[in-house]
Amino acid sequence: MDFFLQLLVSGVVVGSIYALVALGFVLIYKVTRVINFAQGEFLMVGAYVCLALVAQLQLPFWIAFLMTMAVSVGLGLLIERLALRPMLGQPIIAIIMLTIGLSSVLKCAVLVIWGPNNRAYPQIFSQVPIHLGSVVISQVYLWSVGFAVLFLGLFTLFFRYSNAGMAMRAVADDQQAALSMGISLKKVFAMAWCIAFLVASVGGVFLGNINVVNVSLGFFGMKVFPAAVLGGLDSIPGAIVGGLSIGLIEALSGGYLDPLVGGGSKEVIPFIVLVIILMVKPYGLFGRAASAKV
Amino acid sequence: MSVMLRVSNIEVVYSEVILVLQGMSLEVPEGRIVTLLGANGAGKTTTLKAISALLRSENGRITDGTIEFSGAIINRKEPENIVRDGIFQVMEGRRIFKSLTVTENLLVGAHLRRDRERINFDIDTVFNYFPRLRERHRQTAGHLSGGEQQMLAIGRALMARPKLMLLDEPSLGLASLLVREIFEIIMRINRDEGITILLVEQNANLALQVADYGYIMEGGRVVLAGDCETLRNNPDVKEFYLGHSDRGKKSFKEVKHYQRRKRWLS
Ligand SMILES: Nc1ncnc2c1ncn2[C@@H]1O[C@H](COP(=O)(O)OP(=O)(O)OP(=O)(O)O)[C@@H](O)[C@H]1O
Ligand SMILES: [Mg+2]
Repeated sequence: MDFFLQLLVSGVVVGSIYALVALGFVLIYKVTRVINFAQGEFLMVGAYVCLALVAQLQLPFWIAFLMTMAVSVGLGLLIERLALRPMLGQPIIAIIMLTIGLSSVLKCAVLVIWGPNNRAYPQIFSQVPIHLGSVVISQVYLWSVGFAVLFLGLFTLFFRYSNAGMAMRAVADDQQAALSMGISLKKVFAMAWCIAFLVASVGGVFLGNINVVNVSLGFFGMKVFPAAVLGGLDSIPGAIVGGLSIGLIEALSGGYLDPLVGGGSKEVIPFIVLVIILMVKPYGLFGRAASAKV
Repeated sequence: MSVMLRVSNIEVVYSEVILVLQGMSLEVPEGRIVTLLGANGAGKTTTLKAISALLRSENGRITDGTIEFSGAIINRKEPENIVRDGIFQVMEGRRIFKSLTVTENLLVGAHLRRDRERINFDIDTVFNYFPRLRERHRQTAGHLSGGEQQMLAIGRALMARPKLMLLDEPSLGLASLLVREIFEIIMRINRDEGITILLVEQNANLALQVADYGYIMEGGRVVLAGDCETLRNNPDVKEFYLGHSDRGKKSFKEVKHYQRRKRWLS
């Protein structure tokens, strides 16, 4: 039972990071209909930028964290301006290919600047674990889940109540009608890329603190994709549920199946579950049928 | 009475090759209701989109002529700046934001406004015009009936506090009782809110009753214009746009010529 609870906790922690990163991915899809294959690389860049500020510039972590968020917003803006905006009006498939190119460019940039070796954050969070009943949680896990939930909450409020958030949902519903309201598509698109980069970076910073930092953090995007698809690709609550589910499935299969099959099941099981769920609900748990036609 | 909107001799091309408007001109005097009538495909919607700058999102372009609003040329402005200037288009087919609630749709209509305090007051004004929307204000707009969606589309336009409202076929697909209701509200909006209206309609009969001045389009240009009183009594208009005639039988050739127009009578 304790083992199960322990798995549950780590599943929720990693799942909340998946959910956060998936939110960015879903947002881009909702607003621009682009599937962003560089979402995992955004996360990787965030982890490296914060690490560089902490380890190389010796900045206090929370300052580095804030600066990483600012840099991420800047990079999101830059990418939208230089790569995506010139592609406006081009076929979506061309833009999707562009995001695949973008993911390679970001990976190369990281390799050139920081090299291929594993790096690690200095110890930032106390290593004294916290006991919640019989479950033991390391502090970095608590901070991760706390920040993931905080950002998920903030963005949920932002989309629901703010003028800009409503404009983003309006664009997702009907671009031309949104234009006729005086909504600037360029601004909304730019905002979507900024938020996507921002949430990915936040996820990257905490994931980097939990594990080591290397280029394979980019493969994280491969996990965010099933999380988003599971939730329905265009649903933000779906992204949250999808992320948590994938995190939990991973943790449980890692804990119970890996000893039986000799490891690796947590890489495979989430995809198997994804396929099964999509067979039952082709548009994901929360997806709208219409969106699948695009 | 000053001219608020002046469209002079515009030419509009879609996809760089499809010529849709040619020498299209019209004027909308401040404070009035002007109606733009014509057969399917005459170019009415295109004219409205040229004014509101929505053309560009359909790969359309004004290749000649000018559009003036309150004395300034607005041909090359972005849609958001057109809305800022005070022109708001209610698009054909309602185009409400289906996944947003009724109130959220209204708030999006006020997207460019910065006077937050007045917005709640204006939502209330919209609900006074359309009490049915008040009852459903928390409902997802996609679940509204067609008539309610049209009300929401007009209410959303009111939220922008425009000077000029471009209405594209507000009666489309509505039962005749509801059409009357919508038209009455259009008149009240014009009278009480002081909003100038350019109304595109299939229902020529009603449009010529509520408007002060009318234009009739064919093949991308105006073929007939006049105040509505005159247009209503014009024998051609009577026969082909209002669906009754006090003239004798037409020659076959003439009938044939008008067949295309007849399709949208009734
Ligand atoms: N995006 C577009 N690309 C190419 N051609 C178009 C486009 N939109 C409209 N057209 C063409 O322009 C012509 C005028 O269309 P428009 O929609 O302005 O007519 P309308 O008078 O509003 O007709 P209706 O009464 O059916 O709404 C039509 O022949 C139409 O096929
Ligand atoms: Mg039309």
